[in-house]
Amino acid sequence: MTAAGDAVLACTGLVRTFGALRAVDGVDLALPAGARDALIGPNGAGKSTLFQLLTGGLAPSAGKVWLDGRDVTRLSDARRARLGIGQTFQHSSLFLSMTAADNVALAAERTLGRPWSPVPRRPPALGARVDQLLGDVDLLDRRDTPAAALSHGERRQLEVAVALAPAPRVLLLDEPAAGLSPAETARLVALIQRLPPEITLLFVEHDLDLVFRLATRVTVLHLGKVLVSGTPDEVRDSAEVQEAYLGTGRRADLFLPAAPAAPEPA
Amino acid sequence: MTAQARRRLAWLAALAVLAVAPLVLGTYASATLSRILAFALFAASLDLLVGVTGLPSLGHGAYFGTGAYAAGWVAIHVTRSGPVTLVAAAVAGAVVAAIAGSVAVRARGVFFLMLTLAVGEIVEQIAQSWQSVTGGSDGLYSIPSTELAGISLGDVRWFCWYALGVFAAGMAVLRCIGGAPLGQTLRGIRDNEPRMRALGYRTYHYKLAAFVIAGAIAGVAGGLLAAQQRLVTPADLGFASSVPVLLAVIIGGEATWWGPCLGAAIVVILRDVLGPSLGGHGSLVLGVVFVAVVFLLPGGLARIRIGAGAGPARGTVR
Repeated sequence: MTAAGDAVLACTGLVRTFGALRAVDGVDLALPAGARDALIGPNGAGKSTLFQLLTGGLAPSAGKVWLDGRDVTRLSDARRARLGIGQTFQHSSLFLSMTAADNVALAAERTLGRPWSPVPRRPPALGARVDQLLGDVDLLDRRDTPAAALSHGERRQLEVAVALAPAPRVLLLDEPAAGLSPAETARLVALIQRLPPEITLLFVEHDLDLVFRLATRVTVLHLGKVLVSGTPDEVRDSAEVQEAYLGTGRRADLFLPAAPAAPEPA
Repeated sequence: MTAQARRRLAWLAALAVLAVAPLVLGTYASATLSRILAFALFAASLDLLVGVTGLPSLGHGAYFGTGAYAAGWVAIHVTRSGPVTLVAAAVAGAVVAAIAGSVAVRARGVFFLMLTLAVGEIVEQIAQSWQSVTGGSDGLYSIPSTELAGISLGDVRWFCWYALGVFAAGMAVLRCIGGAPLGQTLRGIRDNEPRMRALGYRTYHYKLAAFVIAGAIAGVAGGLLAAQQRLVTPADLGFASSVPVLLAVIIGGEATWWGPCLGAAIVVILRDVLGPSLGGHGSLVLGVVFVAVVFLLPGGLARIRIGAGAGPARGTVR
């Protein structure tokens, strides 16, 4: 498969049907190492389904998923995670009975500690790594707070720390900024920009401003198919994308609504 | 004093009281205490599944009963040595749990519950029909009294101390696992299994491990009961054994180690001690207690806090 040749994560002809609905309908995608790709599209476009097909949460009806040129279509989600795929979920998916630090420790334990150990002793490197990750997402002062007591924004931050803890090579973020205040979003953007450049990133996001600030390539999904894939500028200028989002009757400008001084990304 | 030191002190105090108890109690009460200790270890082993891993098993009696049969059989045919019979019981419980668990832990929720229930019924049927080994519906009887290092434990008091030692050792193993990374991994599975899978944990293996460990310790508890009763019947491994122990865990409070032990004591006292004088309505009282606890003390008796110092909360989301 040429499409999967030099990509870290790729899929070819990916299809997932739910009854008569073709939620994902023949999607090809290839993420080169260090990519900063965004996946956008109207509600029901199949973004979350595609994410689950890539991470292994769902099995595809047809098509293949490739990781480092290796066919991982039939591997479970846990196996794919061990091969280096990390993810955050659309709705915060944490260990609510545990503290923030324990959440991150559990996520780091598999690679840094001994998750099978029946003896209560933890390597000191694990504690240091947990503090470093919590510091990265500005949650160090909430270290010993139960995850259930964190605010929505803090949970999203913790979610990112948990996803980063096993040191994934590919990171898939499902709507990381959903429900965040502008200040929290700014912090999230800074965090993502600080990620090591070798991490390959794919994210779904509805906040288009954030998409155009972070992504070097944007793929637009519509009714399960790839509508457009290109640089942020190409996507912004695409008539098809405007139509998919707003319908043919609307002439309003989707990306620059009444904000003439909107910052242009380089 | 830290919370951990306080907890350790409370355990030591409880063990000290239990160690003195046989000196004060009469023969019948000491025998009952031995039964309670066996049942408490059984309940604590189930708590590793229900409270820590989030796997509500309705067939835990199968491993308890298998352990009881194995210990009884070894005592009759091979040796009366206590440790040997208990090792046989642990191995038997673990083997049956490994076979049953390899299928059961693939399922979730109600399906898991039903599969474990089916395992309990199957094992009970085997005990009923495998006459040459289990004695069929008569069970294994005239099990000789246990020996420890050449000393016979025929005296009720000595046996009670032996039961206390086995109980303490079993609880130490469970608490050690609970505080170790393995216990934390299992709690992660209870809280959020899809997330654990997304982090690369092959949750099947961990759940199976929890199942086998719980089965082995339930087997030890069964071996202890066999030595105390000197009799094992099919009733020890079916529904009649699996349900009370699950009640004990819920009444006492899941995911706390001492709660299930307390629950076990309540169940044994209501069923075996007060039951006969209530004209066989012991299980009715047990049912009332269960309903009352569920409504009045969600989380079980162990959630009662006297004064300040609330313990770690059990998450509401599994």
